[in-house]
Amino acid sequence: MSGFDKVVGSYEEAMAGLEDGMTIIAGGFGLCGIPENLISEIKRKGCKDLTFVSNNCGVDGFGLGILLEDKQIKKMVSSYVGENKLFEEQLLAGELEVELTPQGTLAEKMRAGGAGIPAFFTATGYGTEVGKGKEVREFNGRNYILEESITGDFAIVKAWKGDRYGNLIYRHTAANFNPMAATAGKITVVEVEEIVEPGELEPSQIHTPGIYVDRLIQGTFEKRIEQRTVRQA
Amino acid sequence: MSLSREQLAMRVAQELEDGYYVNLGIGIPTLVANYVPDGMEVMLQSENGLLGMGPFPTEETIDADMINAGKQTVTAVTGASIFSSAESFAMIRGGHVDLTVLGAFEVDVEGNIASYMIPGKLIKGMGGAMDLVAGADNIIVTMTHASKHGESKLLPKCTLPLTGAACIKKVVTDLAYVEIAEGKFWLKERAPGVSVDEIVAKTAGELVVPEVVPEMTF
Repeated sequence: MSGFDKVVGSYEEAMAGLEDGMTIIAGGFGLCGIPENLISEIKRKGCKDLTFVSNNCGVDGFGLGILLEDKQIKKMVSSYVGENKLFEEQLLAGELEVELTPQGTLAEKMRAGGAGIPAFFTATGYGTEVGKGKEVREFNGRNYILEESITGDFAIVKAWKGDRYGNLIYRHTAANFNPMAATAGKITVVEVEEIVEPGELEPSQIHTPGIYVDRLIQGTFEKRIEQRTVRQA
Repeated sequence: MSLSREQLAMRVAQELEDGYYVNLGIGIPTLVANYVPDGMEVMLQSENGLLGMGPFPTEETIDADMINAGKQTVTAVTGASIFSSAESFAMIRGGHVDLTVLGAFEVDVEGNIASYMIPGKLIKGMGGAMDLVAGADNIIVTMTHASKHGESKLLPKCTLPLTGAACIKKVVTDLAYVEIAEGKFWLKERAPGVSVDEIVAKTAGELVVPEVVPEMTF
């Protein structure tokens, strides 16, 4: 295949080069659209002192939560971290650091990071704990705080379909943070449910162009549901 | 009688308009979706990336890739759209959402809101609440007027860490509908059978009471 072929042969190869102390940007919202097999590979690899930028930290026993078991995470940059007993324990014991970040600011930090924009002004968080110590500027009579963008040594992403060139399509609300995460890694690793040949995906329907993607692998997914809510048929 | 959770949601639903894009927070705000007036269409925005949220799925149609901001499995209505978190918060922060309804621990006479953090308890995070209150022009806060111990939640100044500063103008409680302007609370309506005296007693911040305070109607 050509130099544009992003497909790697194993999960070990997918996460090659990950080292202690690195920053990883992860897609997913709750347990929806998380790169579950890439997370498992990070656990197997055993890297420590990792910083994760991810909206949440999984649950006990699934998603990023499994990396707490061997204390691989040093710091989380997240908007909501309430679903995890082990997380609470390590936080209270001072073994884990959390930087709470408003959800929209988190998404924009990733988007801006991937787009080469080092910082941006937002009204979100002005006058709150989040705004403390940050530069404030007034535009049109309103106050905004300066937020710095984020890039990662790695980004780990889950998509639905990807072609060999790394063009990606997400499925339903499993997109969430994945499209921004994909742009913000020095090395962006993507796992998909199905790899197809270039040309099979309609170019105008692609969510993430392959230029952002470095490594691509096909996996099988448990897709655990966090809150199973149904109505009677 | 103070309002039930359902009545609170019904009162908030009276603020809906046909064609509104609406973001409903977790708890009482979610119930507002059950009281959209007949013949009116609203689109519910879920900040994880769904505009046009529908009811819960059936056992047969449940899909792990289809959730709302509360991580519950949901469906999409006809005419819905699905997008990334950045797109979702562009809608919110860009002021494109017509109405935001959320709960709170406290509000004050300056329109400050505290809703995400009680120091000393485990801090879970603000999720999208700071973006919602900063980005929306039309926000309704729903909450009980006072705590279980009778302490007012409508204060001269919030005591808990803020979710947003000077952003709240409308509060619907189990006792009253109150607006915030010029550094004061303004009593607009009272719950059926609730006296003005009770509302005054349970409002710690300065409250302007008109000569006649109409009862809410449902």
